[in-house]
Amino acid sequence: MNKYPLWKNATVVIALVLGLLYTLPNFFGEVPAVQVSSVKATIKLDQRLQSRVEESLAAAGIQPTGLFFDQNSIRVRLADTDTQLKAKDVIEKALNPDPAEASYSVALNLLSASPDWLTGMHALPMYLGLDLRGGVHFLLQVDMKGALTKRLDSVGADLRTLMRDKNIRHGGIQREGNTLVIRFREVEIRDKARAVLMDNQPDLDLLEGQSGSDFKLTATLKPTAQKRIQEFAIKQNMTTLHNRINELGVAEPVIQQQGADRIVVQLPGVQDTAKAKDILGRTATLEVRMVDDENSANATVLASAEQGQPPAGTEYYVERGGRGLLVKKQVVLTGERLTDAQAGFDSQTQEPAVHLTLDSAGARIFKDVTRENVGKRMAILLIEKGKGEVVTAPVIRTEIGGGRVQISGRMTTVEANDVALLLRAGSLAAPMDIIEERTIGPSLGADNIAKGFNSTLWGFMAIAIFMTAYYLLFGFVSVTALSANLLFLVGLLSLLQATLTLPGIAAVALTLGMAIDANVLINERVREELRNGATPQAAITAGYERAWGTILDSNITTLIAGVALLIFGSGPVRGFAVVHCLGILTSIFSSVVVSRALVNVIYGSRRKLEAVSIGQVWKPGV
Amino acid sequence: MEFFRIKKDIPFMRHALVFNIISLITFLLAVFFLATKGLHLSIEFTGGTLIEVSYQQAADLEKIRKKLETDGFTDTQVINFGSSRDVLIRVPIKAGETNKVSENVKASLDALGDTPEIKRVEFVGPQVGKELAEDGALALLLVIIGIVIYLAFRFEWRFAVSAIIANLHDVIIILGFFAFFQWEFSLPVLAAVLAVLGYSVNESVVVFDRVRETFKKQRGLTTPEVINHAITSTISRTIITHGSTQMMVTSMLIFGGAALHYFALALTIGILFGIYSSVLVASPLVMWLGVSREQFVKKKAEKPEGATEDGACV
Repeated sequence: MNKYPLWKNATVVIALVLGLLYTLPNFFGEVPAVQVSSVKATIKLDQRLQSRVEESLAAAGIQPTGLFFDQNSIRVRLADTDTQLKAKDVIEKALNPDPAEASYSVALNLLSASPDWLTGMHALPMYLGLDLRGGVHFLLQVDMKGALTKRLDSVGADLRTLMRDKNIRHGGIQREGNTLVIRFREVEIRDKARAVLMDNQPDLDLLEGQSGSDFKLTATLKPTAQKRIQEFAIKQNMTTLHNRINELGVAEPVIQQQGADRIVVQLPGVQDTAKAKDILGRTATLEVRMVDDENSANATVLASAEQGQPPAGTEYYVERGGRGLLVKKQVVLTGERLTDAQAGFDSQTQEPAVHLTLDSAGARIFKDVTRENVGKRMAILLIEKGKGEVVTAPVIRTEIGGGRVQISGRMTTVEANDVALLLRAGSLAAPMDIIEERTIGPSLGADNIAKGFNSTLWGFMAIAIFMTAYYLLFGFVSVTALSANLLFLVGLLSLLQATLTLPGIAAVALTLGMAIDANVLINERVREELRNGATPQAAITAGYERAWGTILDSNITTLIAGVALLIFGSGPVRGFAVVHCLGILTSIFSSVVVSRALVNVIYGSRRKLEAVSIGQVWKPGV
Repeated sequence: MEFFRIKKDIPFMRHALVFNIISLITFLLAVFFLATKGLHLSIEFTGGTLIEVSYQQAADLEKIRKKLETDGFTDTQVINFGSSRDVLIRVPIKAGETNKVSENVKASLDALGDTPEIKRVEFVGPQVGKELAEDGALALLLVIIGIVIYLAFRFEWRFAVSAIIANLHDVIIILGFFAFFQWEFSLPVLAAVLAVLGYSVNESVVVFDRVRETFKKQRGLTTPEVINHAITSTISRTIITHGSTQMMVTSMLIFGGAALHYFALALTIGILFGIYSSVLVASPLVMWLGVSREQFVKKKAEKPEGATEDGACV
């Protein structure tokens, strides 16, 4: 008798139900939506904002079909794309009255159209890759050497201050490639310096040397320190990219680290690559300089400076709030000295303020400068693409030591947040280059989906017709198992939210074409057992059991190829490999277990089974 | 329906030498074309910029070529892609060039009058291209080693070696076709080649499974007879399986459009040669490597009483 124990049948039924549930959202498709998210790290979305969105939509007479609220975004589901565009404008106007000072990003998006109970169990449509939905993909290479030299330069400055503080006379500190070379006249001084450096700069490896009459200390960054700097650089760059991409208003940007020194940026739906590149490639640095108070107070000088003729050694800038001022060209401090910037409040006046933390060298410089310039103004500038902007120009009230600096005065809370964010993440830790770019137009994306879908559909139909004609009922069972395989595969891809690409669809088709092999093996084996005179029930048992080993062998060799592609593949090939590997796993289950369960249901309980419908079993010599 | 009504085992091994000479000649031809013509690698491997644009009317390729030439884009390839309105432009990478190529090309095209719609842009830096080529080679190596280890573990080293030789020669032949016709060799094609490698090793596995079973079950047969029997009794499964897979691939060739064209083409060649080589090349190789009954019987004797047979077969 061919009967499955209850648990096996239950497994098949549960797998099929789960497969169906997670495949379902793909049939509902996606509907247009508008997504609201916060541009600033400090502004959180809340229920108040949600009601503001609702009110503004109601005022404009737009009826949303759904409104979802989670920690990162508010999403409004809308009936069609026209309403979507209208709703976007309405919400944009309501939330960002001043476009220049936008606190929220309002973006067009697509939302799953499936019922809420499906979405509730995380059953979502498959995540389409850029080649299917259109958009831009960038691969950015972070210049790690640049990050290290930048760091060495600042260590060099630290060393100079350190030597001066400790009264060690040296003959110069220079950066030579990836090392810092310090020269001394005498051995004793060098040894003293060495001891000081060992105590104060744990990140440096020191090497003694001699050139001519000079004694040298060659300092290199320790490998652990290098690694830390590089990790920090890539994290910092990713934060910066996040902040910049928010400006673009992209609904679901992907910003991921790839390898040790690369960042992948994917912007679905974005077509304007020039603008995207511009925003990604922007570099901003922070500078602290002194304000030329004397000339800034002089209206005539200021007027001529506005015309492009500032006094020698100064530059003309417009402060936030519109007042012009002259800033000395000499840089007191750069952003590299800044370790943190946080928005907060002044402890005495309760005014909004930004708290800066400087590193030790920065703190020392800041202390000296403030001591010498009490009563004067200092300007904090953000330099972007060669153009500077004075973020703030506060008056120095007292000497500021300890590296903790507070900027306050004439700032709203929002502005304080802005400045803190700009200072914290406004600059890239290391330069980046675009080393790969892919842009896919939306029409091509839709085209690709159609082509991939049609290939799979017609190929599947051809196989179904042939199998049913050749193996009759057993062929039908095979085709049903193959459909189950497709169901499992799509369900699994939806559940894992793995990215589906065009090569991925090709892999679905190819996997189905290959998966039928297992059923052909089984059917041929059953026929062969029948040919050799076995009873139908015994033939079914033997057919399935004997074919199993071969099915396993052949799938494992295919899987080896799939895994190799998964490990070494990138981009489109990875999409292919993921689907291919998953497909092999689901096909083993569906072609063996599911088809057997079906055959058992059809034939298993019949005691007197005379014949099975597996097509003609030809016997030689009959 | 039953396509294969074979009364006696077909004496495949009598013609073993002929099969191997045929495959040797194809193989040498493929190597020859690979060496002389080389592969037409896509920009994914070479680095460069690829721009696919779509015009309202049929595009004048000559005009586009001239315009790009005068604008300083040398060695640019301008071809139709799919239809006469779609144009594919390939700009090779040049030292010191930035990633602004696509914008500049777009500006040049716009200057010609009809503004085309940009359907796709791909830019690959030279370094990425080199890495992809290396990764591809590594993937191929990993597949080969993985399969050899698995087969050696599951069968015997003779089977592993013959299967991998037979199927690698498939890979070379696919590459030979791509070299001869100068079809574009892209990442998806590489994926297809590797998938086919895994797939056609199956074929050898199925035959070898049957060879092993026949050795164990039937005494008194010579090695060629055993192999003939194994191939004959699996031939119907071989043809039907490959036919089914090919139906899917043909569907991709017809409906998949330009993006899947070479992928499907590589699979087609792989499947057709896969049948031939994994059955008719791998088996003679096993024979010549000296497979014999003793290797399996001895193995069986080492096993404890009542152990199941080592794998089933068709």
